Amino acid sequence: MAAESAAIEFRIDRRSGVATYLQIVQQTKQALRLGVLEPGDRLPAAREVVEATAINPNTVLKAYRELEREGLVEARRGLGTFVRRTLGGAPDATAADAPLRTELADWARRARAAGLEKDDVGALFTAVLDSTYSTNGTNGTDSVGRSHEGDQER
Amino acid sequence: MTGVAIEAHGLGKTYGRRGGGHRALHDCSFRLPTGRVCALVGPNGAGKSTLLNLAAGLDRPGAGSLAVLGSTDPAAVRDRIAYVAQDKPLYPQLTVADTLWAGAELNPGRWDRATADRIAGTLPRTARVRALSGGQRTRLALALALGKRPELMLLDEPMADLDPLARHELMGVLMAETAEHGTTIVMSSHILTELEGACDYLLFVDGGRVRLGGEAEDIVSAHVLLTGQARDLAPHTVVESRTTGRQLTALVRKEGPVDTATWAVTQPTLEELLLAHLRSPEAPPLLTPSAAAAGTRAEAVSA
Repeated sequence: MAAESAAIEFRIDRRSGVATYLQIVQQTKQALRLGVLEPGDRLPAAREVVEATAINPNTVLKAYRELEREGLVEARRGLGTFVRRTLGGAPDATAADAPLRTELADWARRARAAGLEKDDVGALFTAVLDSTYSTNGTNGTDSVGRSHEGDQER
Repeated sequence: MTGVAIEAHGLGKTYGRRGGGHRALHDCSFRLPTGRVCALVGPNGAGKSTLLNLAAGLDRPGAGSLAVLGSTDPAAVRDRIAYVAQDKPLYPQLTVADTLWAGAELNPGRWDRATADRIAGTLPRTARVRALSGGQRTRLALALALGKRPELMLLDEPMADLDPLARHELMGVLMAETAEHGTTIVMSSHILTELEGACDYLLFVDGGRVRLGGEAEDIVSAHVLLTGQARDLAPHTVVESRTTGRQLTALVRKEGPVDTATWAVTQPTLEELLLAHLRSPEAPPLLTPSAAAAGTRAEAVSA
């Protein structure tokens, strides 16, 4: 057992079709957006992650390298990998009592009352999200893993 | 620095009498770098166990050469190798405690008692090996193997007897071992999904030779699944193709850029890739640069 426990635990879904290292990258980013991870927090050591998830250590290192490349974390030799900065334009905007979140929660309740299933709401939300963000050139870092393959096929 | 854990050149092994003998391995060449977790996969009777037996130094090749951890005589480096054979050979009359004690006595200077004890976990120490279940025997065999602190672990069908929980736990233990000590691990299985995710290297053995070898990721990304109107697939190497009406579905090895205007391109899974190769015995072998044995550019020479 590590004396100082890490601030996040990864869940690996082998059937999701998403590359394992990308799942770690995405879960870390999600935690950064939600404020579960904050600057200075230590990510679990590769050894801890692989012992819990039974995935290959190189997969974890690949994910951490990707996060490091994006400037989100930094590896400190002999100490571990630490969070450098948070994600999301306004960190406070995702807090439990933030106005945007309260409005969204309110909207979700209305959608449910109107008889929409969870999947319907997800689809609707994604569609609105796509049309809203496609107009102003997003940075799309979440699709990084796929873009390499696209390059080769050109 | 990465060294070479196993290097085979033209390895051959035939069982039984000449004439009617069974060729378990034939002209098998590959290289496995150290620090990798390698899935040794292939159908039943492909030569997986024979290969592990030779690498453990328990048997001698009939042809070719084999170097393990830098030694051309694998038996000479046996103290740095742990081998768990498929039938988990243990002494049935010994108790669990006796077996662990024997592990310590037989591996002086190397034995890591804490690790062995941790992996043996809740196994009743006074129980005799013969009274243990298959899964418990596997656990004890892995405790011995890991207690030895080997540089190379050869595991033949290690997960076959284990329930899903024990499988996950022990796979996690193996991954932690390699994360911490850089241990090279070779695990055989005919069930790929058992190993996918844990292994970063692949040796696909079929018909006594290596048909695919190298970094699992590179091997997968060297191939694509193409779907489109039936047409010429050149210049790509076709592993398998199927035509339904006007539609052609093909798994190809990329030789240059893929025309994305005429084909719908998807990435096959490792499993799809292996199945396609199993159905197409004539597909040429593919070894990535790190998996090609030094000096085996011998296709032309042997012709």
